[in-house]
Amino acid sequence: MAIDCLILGAGQEIDFSLLSKTGDFDKELSCIIITHFHMDHVGALPYFTEVCGYNGPIYMSYPTKALSPLMLEDYRRVMVDRRGEEELFTTTHIANCMKKVIALDLKQTIQVDQDLQIRGYYAGHVIGAVMVYAKVGDAAIVYTGDYNMTTDRHLGAAKIERLQLDLLISESTYATTIRGSKYPREREFLQAVHKCVAGGGKALIPSFALGRAQELCMLLDDYWERMNIKVPIYFSSGLTIQANMYYKMLISWTSQNVKEKHATHNPFDFKNVKDFDRSLIHAPGPCVLFATPGMLCAGFSLEVFKHWAPSPLNLVALPGYSVAGTVGHKLMSGKPTTVDLYNGTKVDVRCKIHQVAFSPHTDAKGIMDLTKFLSPKNVVLVHGEKPSMMSLKDKITSELNIPCFVPANGETVSFTSTTFIKATASDTFLKSCSSPNFKFSNSTQLHVTDQRTADGVLVVEKNKKSKIVHQDEVSEVLNEKNHEVSLAYCCPVKGKGESEDVDLIKELSEKITETVSGTQIHESGNCLQVGSFKGTLCLKDKCVHRSEISSSEGVFLCCNWSVADLELGWKIINVIKQNL
Amino acid sequence: MKLTCLSKGDGFQYPPCHILNLCGFRILIDCPLDLLAITIFSPVPCDVEASEYSSLDAQNPVQKKQKLEREMTPADLVCAEPWYKTVKALHLWEVSLIDVVLISNPMGVLGLPFLTQNPGFCAKIYMTEATAKIGQLMMEDLVSMHMEFRGFYGPEDSSFPGWMKNLDREEVPALLKKVVFGESGDDLGSWMRLYSLDDIKSCMKKVQAVNYAEEVCYNGTLVMKALSSGLDIGACNWLINGPHGSLSYVSDSIFVSHHAKSFDFHGLKGNDVMIYSDFSCLQSTELTENGCNSPDTATNSSEKKDENLAASLLDTEESLEELEKLAFVCSCAAESADAGGSTLITITQIGIVLQLLELMSNSLESSSLKVPIFVISSVAEELLAYTNTIPEWLCKQRQEKLISGEPSFGHLKFIKDKKIHLFPAIHSPNLITSWQEPCIVFAPHSSLRLGPSVQLLQRWRGDPKSLLVLEDGLSSGLGLLPFRPIAMKILQCSFLSGIRLQKLPTLLSVLQPKRVLVPDVVNQRINLTEIKTNSILKYSENKTLRVPRITANPDVEIMAELASKLSWRKLRQRENFGIARLKGELLMKDGKYRLVSGLEQEESSGKARPLRHWGSVAPETLVDALLKMGITGSVEHSTGEDGSEDNRIIHVTNPSSGLIETSEMGTTIITDDENIASQIFQAIDGILDGI
Repeated sequence: MAIDCLILGAGQEIDFSLLSKTGDFDKELSCIIITHFHMDHVGALPYFTEVCGYNGPIYMSYPTKALSPLMLEDYRRVMVDRRGEEELFTTTHIANCMKKVIALDLKQTIQVDQDLQIRGYYAGHVIGAVMVYAKVGDAAIVYTGDYNMTTDRHLGAAKIERLQLDLLISESTYATTIRGSKYPREREFLQAVHKCVAGGGKALIPSFALGRAQELCMLLDDYWERMNIKVPIYFSSGLTIQANMYYKMLISWTSQNVKEKHATHNPFDFKNVKDFDRSLIHAPGPCVLFATPGMLCAGFSLEVFKHWAPSPLNLVALPGYSVAGTVGHKLMSGKPTTVDLYNGTKVDVRCKIHQVAFSPHTDAKGIMDLTKFLSPKNVVLVHGEKPSMMSLKDKITSELNIPCFVPANGETVSFTSTTFIKATASDTFLKSCSSPNFKFSNSTQLHVTDQRTADGVLVVEKNKKSKIVHQDEVSEVLNEKNHEVSLAYCCPVKGKGESEDVDLIKELSEKITETVSGTQIHESGNCLQVGSFKGTLCLKDKCVHRSEISSSEGVFLCCNWSVADLELGWKIINVIKQNL
Repeated sequence: MKLTCLSKGDGFQYPPCHILNLCGFRILIDCPLDLLAITIFSPVPCDVEASEYSSLDAQNPVQKKQKLEREMTPADLVCAEPWYKTVKALHLWEVSLIDVVLISNPMGVLGLPFLTQNPGFCAKIYMTEATAKIGQLMMEDLVSMHMEFRGFYGPEDSSFPGWMKNLDREEVPALLKKVVFGESGDDLGSWMRLYSLDDIKSCMKKVQAVNYAEEVCYNGTLVMKALSSGLDIGACNWLINGPHGSLSYVSDSIFVSHHAKSFDFHGLKGNDVMIYSDFSCLQSTELTENGCNSPDTATNSSEKKDENLAASLLDTEESLEELEKLAFVCSCAAESADAGGSTLITITQIGIVLQLLELMSNSLESSSLKVPIFVISSVAEELLAYTNTIPEWLCKQRQEKLISGEPSFGHLKFIKDKKIHLFPAIHSPNLITSWQEPCIVFAPHSSLRLGPSVQLLQRWRGDPKSLLVLEDGLSSGLGLLPFRPIAMKILQCSFLSGIRLQKLPTLLSVLQPKRVLVPDVVNQRINLTEIKTNSILKYSENKTLRVPRITANPDVEIMAELASKLSWRKLRQRENFGIARLKGELLMKDGKYRLVSGLEQEESSGKARPLRHWGSVAPETLVDALLKMGITGSVEHSTGEDGSEDNRIIHVTNPSSGLIETSEMGTTIITDDENIASQIFQAIDGILDGI
C-alpha cells in the first residue's frame, strides 16, 4: 500500500533512510500529505524534497500551503540566527519546495495514481488542518493528524462523515484528559488579564503566531469591546499581523460563526489591536502583548519576559502546552522565584503566572467519540505519552470492542484489510433482488415484512470474470439443458358425501391453511396450488401416479411438486391423508 | 439513459436546461431565467415628463392604433410590473417527479425558486459552494432591483397578469409578440411573477453545496462530482458515476481563464457518455468548415500524442484575445473620461467585472486621470468580499497571489484607498457626497430595465462624450428602445463564453468518451464524422433522445466474508467451472452494487439441496445407484403412444413401491413414501449436475 507520509518531528530526528535504503523515495512513496502547518508536521519537508530529492506529489490544504512557508522560514531563522545551528534548508529551498505542492479543497477527492485515492476532512486543530482519508482498492484508512472535536471561537470542530474504515490512526496528545466546558476557563483568563491591566500592569501572552494567538485575541477583542476597555493590545511580530491577513482571506476554513459574521464585519479585523514596537517594552502604563514564540523558548517573547517578570503588577499568561526544558514549562511546573534563561542569566519572577488551558487538541472524550462514530476495524494511537496512550487503548478495546494498537517509533503493525470479490451480475439476478418479498404474519396485529434476499448463483470460469446469475439462467450460461426433478403422487381424497368438486377443493384448502402456516393457496375450479405444489382432481380411472395398493374407487387428487417444495409437498399430502 | 433538452438557452445569461433520465432517476440540469425577455417591459420612468407620457399613453389606447406599420417606439413597451420568463418546457414536467437538480453555474440558479416554491418539489439540489453563494446574491439583487417596480406600480391584486391582456392585438409589434408568445405562440405559460426574498431563502435551504471535486452520492446510486468549467467563478461541469457507467456533462467551458479556475478536462477522461452542452458557438458567427483536421495523424506514441493534444487545447491565443478585449474596454473608458464623459458598464459576468475593476483601477492609477469608480449594487460589497475568499475556484495566478499573502483580486486595495466606491443603491445617502463626474460606474442590470443602470443611462444618454458598455446581443433587440435617441457612445462586448468549435474535435480525442451527445445545431456547424473512435448522437431541443446502455452488466462486489462461506460445486464435465449458490443482501453504496451477508443468515448454504439440475438420467445408472442404497427397482422401456416420446419408467419394488419416470426434460418420482422419495432424490442428485 502506498504510504501517506506525514513528516513528523524536526528534520534532524527523522532518518529518512528508513523509508528507502536506496534513496529512491519517488518509488517508495505514492505521495506526501501534510495535514497542517505545524513544524512537527511540515518541518522536514523542504529538506526531504530539496536535499533528499523526493520528487513525487505533495498535497496540502490551501491554508496550509499559504501558511507553511511563513512557518518554515520562521523556524529556519530561529534555528540559524538565534540558536546558531546549521541550517537544514535555505529560503530558496522553501520556495522551491512549495512550488511543488498541490493545494486541496476540503472533501476534494483526488486520484493520486491508479490505486490511491485521497480526501481531506476538516480537523479544526489550526486553520487548514485536515484529517486524511486514503483508499487503496477496497482498503480504507483515516489519519487524523491533530484535531479538535470542540468548536473554537475562530475554528470549527472536526467534521467527518461515516466511512467504512479498516484503520483509524488517531493522535492522542491528551489521551487521559477530559475537559469540561471552556467557558469558565475563558472567564478566568479574561478576569486575570483584566485584573492585571486594571492594576496598571502589563500582560504578556507568549504564543505562536498562528492559532491560539487568533483565538485569544478574538476573545480579548470581544471583551474589550463589551467592557469598553481602552488598554492597548499589541501583536509583537509582523508575522502575526500577516497571519491575520491570511485568516481574513481563508475565511471559508474558519468557524461557522465567523463565516456568518464575515459579510458585515471580518472578525479578524481586530478593533483594539495594534502593532508593537520594541520601544514600548519600557513605556509606562498597562498593555497586553501577544509575543512570539510560545512556550518562552527563545526570541522576542523571552526578551520581553526578562523585562516584565520582575514586577509583581505584571502577568504572564501561558496558553497551551509547554515542552519540558523551556522557560514556559518551568513557570508552569511550579512557582519559581527565579528562572535561568538559556544563556545563564537569572531573572527574578515576581509577576503573576496564569495558565490558560486552551488546547486545540482533542481530549480523551473526543478521541472516543470519533472512534465510536467512525467504528473502524482497527485503531492505532500515535502522538502522545505512552502511559496515557496505553490506558486509552484499554478503554477503546473494552468499551468499543475495537482492536487498538500503540506502536513504538520504528515498529510496524499489520492489518488485514477489507477485500471484495468482483463479479458481473445479470439483469435477471438484479431484478430478482429488487422484487419485493413480502411476508405477512398475523398474530394480533398484521405485520408486513419485506426481507429481500439476493439469491443467485456465482459462476466462476477459469481465466474469466466471475458472473452472478439467477438460478434460472445457470444452465444457459453452462450451455446445458434443464432437467427438472419433481415428485408426483395421486392421493386419494374422500369428500363428505357427493359434494361438488369446487366445494371439495375449498374444504381441502381450508384444512391445508389450518395446518400449514404461512402459505398462500390459489384455488381455481378443480385445482389448487401452493407454491410449486399443484393438485388436480384426477378424472382418470387409472392414473400412473396412483399408488397401486390403494383402490381405484373414490376421488383422487393428482399432485405434482418440484424438489424446491419437497417438505411442503409432503406436509400437504399428510394433511390430505389425515382427512381420509 | 434518456436526455431531453428543454431549452438550448441563449448565451451566458441564459444557460441551457436539460432533463436527464439516469438509472431511473430524473435529473434536471440548470434552471435559468430568460432575462433578456424582460426588455419588453418599460423601465421605471425617472422623470415626471416621461411618466406623464406613458400614463397618457395607457389612458388613450386609441392613439396607439394609429401607429400601425411603423417603427417601434418606447410607448410600445409594456408598462407594468415585469414578469419573468422561465424555461417553457420545464412546466410540462411534474415537479414532484424530479429527483435531482444539478446546477452548473450561477446563472442556472436564477429560476430555481420558481421550482422550489412548488409544494410538490422534493428533489435534492446540488451546486458548488461558490455557485450557491453567488447565485443567491444575484437572486437577492434581482429582487431588490425589482422592488422599484413594485413601488411604482403598487401591489398587483389578481394573480392574472393584466399586462398580458392586450398583447395579442393586431397593432402590437411583431417583435414584442414574438418575445411574449414565443415562436410557436405557446410561451405565455412560462411567464412568472418574481419570487420574494423568502422564496430565495427557502430555496437555498434545500441546496446541498459541494466543495471543489467533492464526491456526493445520491440515494447510494449516483456519485456526482463538480469540476471547474472555467466559465465563471464557481461554474462547473458534472461527472456522474453510476452502476451502469459514467457520464460527463460539459457545459460552456473555457480552457484558459484569467479569473476562474480553468476547465478541468483531465478529470473527464474516458467516460462512457459525454453530454456536450456548450451552445456558445451559436452566439458567434464563425463557421468551421475544415473543423475536423483529423488530429490522430500524428505518429508519436499515444501518450505523447495525448499530451500534445491537451497542450493544444491550452494555447493562450484565445485567452490573450480576451485580455485584449478587456484592455480595449479600459482604454475606451479612459478615453471618454479624458474627454469629460462618464462610462456605464452593465456586464453581468462576475469574472469579467472583477477583471475590469482591477484593470481600470490599475490603469487609472498609472495615468494622471482622477476618475472615481463606482460599483452600485445591493450585493456589491458582499460579492467583492466573497470573491477573495475562495482560492479553490480561482485561476492559478490568483491562487498564488493568495498564497503569497495578497488578495486574489486587486479591488480590495482600491476600495480601501477610496478609488473604488461601493454603494448598495443609487439613492444611498453617501453616494451624493462622493459623486463626481466624469466617473466610471459598474451597475446592473444588463437588460437595462432594472437597477441603477436605468437612471444612469437616462442621465447620460444625451451626452456624446459618455460611453455605455453593453453585453452583446442587447442592442439588436428591444434593449435600447426606451432610451432612444442616444447620443452616447456604445461599446458592445462579446467575451468568450464557451469552447471554440474548432477545439471540439481535439477535445473529444483527448477525452475519449465512448459516446458523445452533441446538439444538432452544433453538429450542423462542424463535421464530426471523421472522429472514428466516438459514436456521436445528436439531440435537439424538446425531443427525448434515448441512449442505449454501453456496459453490458454492472459489477457486484461480494464481501470477502460472504465469499469465504460459499460452498462450491464442481461440475462433472467441466473442469474449468465452479459454481456456488449465493445468498445475501444486495446493497447499493457509492454507485456500486455490494453483496453482503443477509439479515437472516441462511443455514449454511452447503446443506441446502440443489434446486436446479441439468444433464440426463440413464435409468440403468439410476437403478445401480438405488441398489447401493438398498432400493431395488427395474427398468421398463415404454415408448410413448406416438412413439416419439422417449419416456422410461423404473418400477421400485422394495422397500416400498414407487415409480420413477424419466425423460430428457425431467424426472418425476412417484410414491407416497416420503423416505423412499428422499432417497431416490439423493440418487438422482448424485447422477445429475445441479445447484
